[in-house]
Amino acid sequence: MKIKIPCDEANHICDKSQYREATFWEKLRLNIHLLYCKACRKYTAQNQRLTQTIQDAHLKSLPDKEKELLKERLHQELNK
Amino acid sequence: MAVEELHPENWVDRYADYLYNYTIVRVNNHEIAQDLVSETFLAGLKSMKHFKGEASERTWLIAILKRKIIDYYRKINSAKGKAEVRIQFRDTENEGDWLEEQVEDLSDKTAEDLMENEELGLAILKCLDSINEKQALIFKMKTIDGVDTETICNEFEITPSNLWVIIHRARKALAECLEANWFKS
Repeated sequence: MKIKIPCDEANHICDKSQYREATFWEKLRLNIHLLYCKACRKYTAQNQRLTQTIQDAHLKSLPDKEKELLKERLHQELNK
Repeated sequence: MAVEELHPENWVDRYADYLYNYTIVRVNNHEIAQDLVSETFLAGLKSMKHFKGEASERTWLIAILKRKIIDYYRKINSAKGKAEVRIQFRDTENEGDWLEEQVEDLSDKTAEDLMENEELGLAILKCLDSINEKQALIFKMKTIDGVDTETICNEFEITPSNLWVIIHRARKALAECLEANWFKS
């Protein structure tokens, strides 16, 4: 298994880890990459900040089912 | 500035979550918030001919929603006389702790915090407008609703690597938009 990874792979792992979908080995390789890559350090910091921001916002979404019903209703009204 | 036009067929996809988040912090009840959002859209349809195109679609819909929320407040206010009083009984074991608990509760979430969070949420949803609609939808499913990768891939008939490319682009665009519009102000 190679230890050194290119930047696009590092960013990909970074994205996955924002959703807790990166494996231990992936995270290890990412961290090694970050030791020597300034650009990816910046992206990782920005990405983590975004995750935190989204969490802080407590966003909610209207359930899909409700959206479909709403769409149907608007559609009916439009065609009246 | 170009004259804004209304596209009611896209309203639900574009604004439902935005209006819903705006409402939920004000009425604090899912059912009521949902009703107010749908009433807003229906009222919007009815008064489409009054839209002059000076404001954006979103601003216009929010203006309608604000009125709906005020109407709702008035309605519950007039029913206040009949309001039931609820008393929460605490178990005796923790007696004496209650004062501190309540103080804690208050400091936990101040009204200001809530407003700040709400504005932030709306800023995020607004920023999502700048990316392609389908990609924004996928991003929201993954990030806000926490739907897993496999389910999203099946629904949109894309591969996991497609999904991650979309997520990556969305995150980058969103981060830039928030840097420009939220963090700086």
